[in-house]
Amino acid sequence: MSQGANQQEARECVQSSQPWNDPDAVPFIRFEKVTKKFGDFYAVDDVSLDIYRHELFALLGGSGCGKTTLLRMLAGFEELTDGKIFIDGVDMAGVPPYERPTNMMFQSYALFPHMSVETNVAFGLHQDGYSKSEIKDRVADMLALVQMSKFAKRKPHQLSGGQRQRVALARSLVKQPKVLLLDEPLGALDKKLREQTQFELVNIQEKLGTTFVMVTHDQEEAMTMASRIAVMNEGVIKQKGTPFELYEYPNSRFTANFLGQVNLIEGTLVDDDEKYAIIRSDDIGGDIYIDHAVQGHEGTTLWVALRPERLRLCTEKPEDSAHNCFGGKVEEIGYLGGLSTYHVRLDSGLRIKVSEPNTHRHNEPRYTWEDRVWVTWETGSASVLNQ
Amino acid sequence: MSEIKPTLKQRFDRWMIRHGRVLVIGLPYLWLFLFFLVPFLIVLKISFATAEYAQPPYSALFQWVDEGVNVAINFGNYLFLLSDSLYITAYLNSIRIAAISTVITLLIGYPMAYGIARAKGSTRNLLLMLVILPFWTSFLIRVYAWIGILDREGLINAALMGMHIISEPLIMRQTEFAVYIGIVYTYLPFMILPLYSTLEKMDGSLLEAALDLGCKPWKAFLKITLPLSMPGVLAGSLLVFIPAVGEFVIPELLGGPNTLMIGRTLWNEFFSNRDWPIASSVAIAMLIFLVVPIMYFQHIQGKTEEAGK
Repeated sequence: MSQGANQQEARECVQSSQPWNDPDAVPFIRFEKVTKKFGDFYAVDDVSLDIYRHELFALLGGSGCGKTTLLRMLAGFEELTDGKIFIDGVDMAGVPPYERPTNMMFQSYALFPHMSVETNVAFGLHQDGYSKSEIKDRVADMLALVQMSKFAKRKPHQLSGGQRQRVALARSLVKQPKVLLLDEPLGALDKKLREQTQFELVNIQEKLGTTFVMVTHDQEEAMTMASRIAVMNEGVIKQKGTPFELYEYPNSRFTANFLGQVNLIEGTLVDDDEKYAIIRSDDIGGDIYIDHAVQGHEGTTLWVALRPERLRLCTEKPEDSAHNCFGGKVEEIGYLGGLSTYHVRLDSGLRIKVSEPNTHRHNEPRYTWEDRVWVTWETGSASVLNQ
Repeated sequence: MSEIKPTLKQRFDRWMIRHGRVLVIGLPYLWLFLFFLVPFLIVLKISFATAEYAQPPYSALFQWVDEGVNVAINFGNYLFLLSDSLYITAYLNSIRIAAISTVITLLIGYPMAYGIARAKGSTRNLLLMLVILPFWTSFLIRVYAWIGILDREGLINAALMGMHIISEPLIMRQTEFAVYIGIVYTYLPFMILPLYSTLEKMDGSLLEAALDLGCKPWKAFLKITLPLSMPGVLAGSLLVFIPAVGEFVIPELLGGPNTLMIGRTLWNEFFSNRDWPIASSVAIAMLIFLVVPIMYFQHIQGKTEEAGK
């Protein structure tokens, strides 16, 4: 009895942290068949998307994929050509930006150059007619949160890029919006600062519980920060899910390619019995064994997606591996310190990327150019894509 | 060991790299020295002389007498300017008319510049072209055209009387009103162009940010666009105000006999009274009147531009 209650509790806990898996959860932001045309060009094409309260949701895609347009429609800067957007149950049609419960952090930060840090942050509060003392307190709190109290009297041009980013964040958060929109929030920062700021942003988001919707072209940034990601291309969402789901279970070659590194091997499904699905590939020169069910019937063209870090290199052909073992020659080596990437030219002529962690300190690299090696992987490592 | 001898072209290039900057900056300075500073000093010199019936019509400042130089500086001209209320009235009138014209030009020019800056590519170029177009016709002819429009028997009166809206012709020409029209019309492009260039440079996301933070559009204009366009407002206002103060043609052609402006006074002193020293001192006094506020404005502008970086 009590065990049953525990299970129930555990399930509820999972559901509250993963509302998208809960059929009863009410979405906080809803895009309903949203389309945006610029002339004849579909910037956003029939996108439907639900985002839940307290999420840190990332719209990920290359330039021109429609992610920024989607964000700008949420902020009210772009009119919808078709469809509807709801925030907290309210239809946003015809609601101007200054009446929406959203605030935006701009890619360029858009700090008012003629105002001090303090005045910039206070700007939004002044519009809502708060009392002077309350504005002062809230601005001070917010500047403390982003660790910018020392710089309150400075003008934007006297700040570094990272400091401006913090001020922009403070300014967009100070009104306690229901939704915070972030347009490439870390795009202008250098790598080290970006990594550090990613976690700070996540911490702030958790502290305040505000729903964040973020636009980025940087898959690493999206994966580090987001609770869920929607991968976009040419105005449509190709796939949405948690970083884990997208990386491990991509639904298309596009997503597999976009998130991380991948070897894509084209082949034909020749056999699908209880134990293995067998995909015959001329590219790799043999059969690939998959230990899970595969969509499609015999004769279907499929793509096997193999992550470089799931592949193993051996100098001698392992005895135990009857399946998924192909010989080749090391063609290129990229030594990155923590791990090394190898480009191996298989006997079939296919070039395959393998990465191995350098867990031990060796006197010399394990493999060198022109070494004869074997590439193997477990039957469960690959994902199979049909588009 | 053989040394590679630079060719003539290489030697010239090297010389240009070292001295080119001096050359580039030096030429305009030389130009300004010859055609601005030297004439200015001549005028300054004349302003301290005494009027004479002679050729030239003023006394020499320096005279070689025996073994020394006899210097005769006459401050009387400047004292005379102060003593005769005509000059002070003319100065004040000029400044008043120029100031009012500047404000009107700003009020008309700002929305136009704003509209041009917000227009799309090809429309924008067309609109800019239209602003500049009047310069292709002589300034004098355009002012004369206004006579034809504002005159007693001009276009406006003919049209209004033809439509029986008025029975008596309106007196528009030879009034201060006509002077305002002339100045505003002539100097409008000088207001629009600097305003346009600051408004066009403005980052559109600043306005979006203001709207996003709950600011209504008109308020966003007052709080963001207007303050950020102040350098353009100042530059445009100076470009209108300064020449308007010394304007001669417009008050002469469109203004009445009562429109007393310093430019006309200057003209009269030179050509009617042939009193070069007085005319020179009028010119110098006007210059000082104008240079002080200009330097002040430029000081402010330099500061705001620095802050905008």
